[in-house]
Amino acid sequence: MTELIAQTPLYGAVPRTIGQTTMTEVDLGWLTSISPYAGRVPAAGAALKAAHGMAWPSAGRMTGKDGARAIWFGRDMVLLAGPEPSHDLAEHAALTDQTDAWTTVQLSGDGAEDVLARLVPVDLAAANFKRGHTARTQVQHMNGSVTRLGADSFLIMVFRSMAGTMLHDMERAMASVAARG
Amino acid sequence: MRLPCPICGARDVREFYYQGAAEMLRRPAEDAGEAAWDNYLHLRDNPAGDLEELWSHDAGCGAWLVVTRHTGSHDVKGAVLALEVKR
Repeated sequence: MTELIAQTPLYGAVPRTIGQTTMTEVDLGWLTSISPYAGRVPAAGAALKAAHGMAWPSAGRMTGKDGARAIWFGRDMVLLAGPEPSHDLAEHAALTDQTDAWTTVQLSGDGAEDVLARLVPVDLAAANFKRGHTARTQVQHMNGSVTRLGADSFLIMVFRSMAGTMLHDMERAMASVAARG
Repeated sequence: MRLPCPICGARDVREFYYQGAAEMLRRPAEDAGEAAWDNYLHLRDNPAGDLEELWSHDAGCGAWLVVTRHTGSHDVKGAVLALEVKR
């Protein structure tokens, strides 16, 4: 039988470095949205902690560590990134597999903040938006998720179908920042 | 214009979708009669002043908000979750 090779949304198109900024694709592993049933956020939070070891993130925050993260993803919604979700979670929340639904990139380097300032209508300066802070917002015209991973690196997610658009928008913004020196 | 989302904080208006007067939250009883339902579906006050409106934070947390906005000056007085208004 033919050997089938799984390809990520930006397979072959990244990494891309322009000026001081580099965009790489990230494979977060399993992606599962966790939407607790009415009034069950505390129970779902306890189940998440017991099964996967990280706290339920409050609005605008990310918990966990590399390989097993919980990213706040909307009102009473969290994205579990990394492990296969425990069935215990299903007792308190609707779980939806989103593994192939997102394009995920990491933007790193000195210009990362400046590049995102051209694309995202939220103040991502380190004073307001610290490591582990996350926002559901827009990336150019696409709904997405932006998370700060470190002093000069961000995790950015948009719908998988928008991979090419994000690459284009990101390259334009990176080139534009680089041109200013 | 920026809207103060109770979950996300102040955000640019481009992240929101506008639905209209918050009248839609005051659904009459099923047997309230034709006049009440006609009013609920079709008749709006259109004030030149503060108006309670429904906005959806589409590109953010996804919550429906009741925003109080001055229709003349666009001065936004505040916003609460529609979920909390209804219950």
